[in-house]
Amino acid sequence: MTSNPAVVGQRAGSGGAAGTTPAGPPGRRRGRTMNPSQWAAVGFATPLLAYLVLFYAYPLWRNIDLSIHDYTVRAFVQGDAEFVGLHNYVEVFSSSTFPTALANTALFTFGSIALQFSIGMALAVFFRSSFRLSGALRAMFLVPWLLPLIVSASTWAWMLNSENGIINSVLGAFGVEQINWLTSPDTALLSVTIANIWLGIPFNLVILYSGLQNIPGEVYEAASLDGAGAWRQFWSVTFPLLRPVSAITLLLGLIYTLKVVDVIWVMTTGGPGTSSTTLSIWSYREAFGTGQPDFSPAAAVGNLLIVIALVFGFLHLQLQRRQEAAS
Amino acid sequence: MQHLRRKHLIVAATAAITLGALSACSSDGDDGGDGMGDDTAGGTYTWWDPYPQHDGSSDWEARVQACGEAAGVTIDRTAYDTTALTNQALLSAQEGTSPDVILIDNPAVSTLADTGMLTTVDEFGLDTSAIDENLLNAGVVDGEAYGIPIGANTLSLYYNAEVLADAGVDPASITDWESLTAALEQVTGAGHQGITFSGIGTEEGSFQFLPWFWGSGADLTDLASDEAVAALELWTGWLDEGYAPNTVINNSQNTVWEEFLTGNFAFAENGTWQVNSAAEAEFETGIVQLPARNGGVAPAPTGGEFIVAPVQEETARYDVTREIVECMTTPEGFVETATTFAYYIPPTADGQEQLLAENADLEPWVEAVRNAKGRTSDGLGSDYPVISEALWTAVQNALSGAATPAEALEQAQADAEAGTS
Repeated sequence: MTSNPAVVGQRAGSGGAAGTTPAGPPGRRRGRTMNPSQWAAVGFATPLLAYLVLFYAYPLWRNIDLSIHDYTVRAFVQGDAEFVGLHNYVEVFSSSTFPTALANTALFTFGSIALQFSIGMALAVFFRSSFRLSGALRAMFLVPWLLPLIVSASTWAWMLNSENGIINSVLGAFGVEQINWLTSPDTALLSVTIANIWLGIPFNLVILYSGLQNIPGEVYEAASLDGAGAWRQFWSVTFPLLRPVSAITLLLGLIYTLKVVDVIWVMTTGGPGTSSTTLSIWSYREAFGTGQPDFSPAAAVGNLLIVIALVFGFLHLQLQRRQEAAS
Repeated sequence: MQHLRRKHLIVAATAAITLGALSACSSDGDDGGDGMGDDTAGGTYTWWDPYPQHDGSSDWEARVQACGEAAGVTIDRTAYDTTALTNQALLSAQEGTSPDVILIDNPAVSTLADTGMLTTVDEFGLDTSAIDENLLNAGVVDGEAYGIPIGANTLSLYYNAEVLADAGVDPASITDWESLTAALEQVTGAGHQGITFSGIGTEEGSFQFLPWFWGSGADLTDLASDEAVAALELWTGWLDEGYAPNTVINNSQNTVWEEFLTGNFAFAENGTWQVNSAAEAEFETGIVQLPARNGGVAPAPTGGEFIVAPVQEETARYDVTREIVECMTTPEGFVETATTFAYYIPPTADGQEQLLAENADLEPWVEAVRNAKGRTSDGLGSDYPVISEALWTAVQNALSGAATPAEALEQAQADAEAGTS
């Protein structure tokens, strides 16, 4: 999609450069003259296209460029990075960190989304029946969204502290032994996932709640006349009618969760060892987490993440198309 | 038709202006360095440092400006966060817009020098003979010095005198690992907490582990040696015995200090920069030198910034830059820097004597700095960051119980070899 506008943009550019001598538009070469309104359209689209190229296409291209060269810090400054083809990708795939990071990413992402979505859905349905204070309560559920991430992540880290954390002290009151939430390789990933679920609930709640508003009340009326209980209403009315909204919520949630760095970095820096290292943490650590920036492998991991997100994006489009064809 | 034609022209012109403006922006970036260079005589010199805590009205800013005035120029000072500064320096070098002077954390000097963006001290004609060699070495790559330390800090073992008195431990008795562990046992036996340190998965974790690593006789070129394993076993042993809290795995050095300030801990490993805070603590504090395995003072890693001069296209600027650097590195200049920051030990014998004359309490810190060792010394240079990452990962894996110390260090050595080859 980006390649086409880029070509148009250049064409407009060359036409513009020749603008002082109003020569025939280069479009003529195609054997088809652009009419003035088409020209106007190109003119108005140019700022947008330039924006897209500068801020979307170029960084993306640069990321690919970084990943297929060997950018040591020296090469980064001198600009003479050696072309290494797919070597960085081979390194990434054969690294001992890769299987761990991939598994952690899968666990973190799917664990987060599954719970964020189901809790968000439950709350949305709960708030659908307006009751006193429901507005205030719903607003309170948005708090995690309003807090700066550094604040919520640090607060979670304090609450989960092994020695002085409130969670351990509550559990301790029930006779549970000290759990090293953030410092044990067995629970570190679980801990950051819990924090991330809490952070993601408002997003799911808001979108699903607004989706619920679009389901006409008559449908529920009809269902209850047919004798459907609340449970049956949910599975036979709410859930199917909410499917398009659910699909986009899940897709957005997936993309947001795949790229999470801040929460994990603040809470565990991906540790202990690599036990809470996801692909995005790995990429961040390679580039900025050590004394020596390693941009090339970091870019390779970053590109891998983009590909994963793209695959799910296409899957979403495919499903949507099939759904539209079916209806 | 005429009307339509005009419209078409306007559109084309709009497009041309838009693109022209954009290309002007991008070429502007390339010229930035030259633009700055145009006002050489009595002009503005750029200065970057990692001290955002000192704003435009601070003593530090005034001191920087005074050095500029002495050289007849204005200094445009920008402060970045430590990690951001390295990245900014690399980016500016790539764009050809390096500042005239950078104060940079010492392990980053060899990384920057490796890119060819720094001038050597010799090229600049600066005299470094008075600088303590162990401190200067952190900025030496292939026998060439690339900067001058403006001061040094290092680690030591703070103790809570009240807790030690309560447990009946004499701080002077701590001379080696065995006596330290014995003291920890005594302290925890008396119902206090033992020691806290930072084992976080960043450079800070390696920084705090190195005194034990070096104090054991281990070398960074062989992370899996018996000495290295012994050092890591000392830490894991403390955790297993409950002498150190489990939180050390995620503790940053700041968290360590907060834990120590609660008054529950007998010992905390921390740096020169906490001297003032320790004096203000609600309990009496003191320091003992970090002990080596079999007695004596363990070499702690040096911290602190180097003053470096990046390569400029316009070499005429170097003369003024040299004057600014010299102003910062006279014995008086070192002492002034040390007192401005309250946590810097001057890197020359002269400077240290002057500092002690003003503040005799800093004596143990001067001793610690004299025993300290640069992380990038021993010819490691820009290999150090790779080795350090492997090391802190091993520390994390061993402390969290994911691997035994020997296994963790074995893996670290393999990773370090793969990363530096």
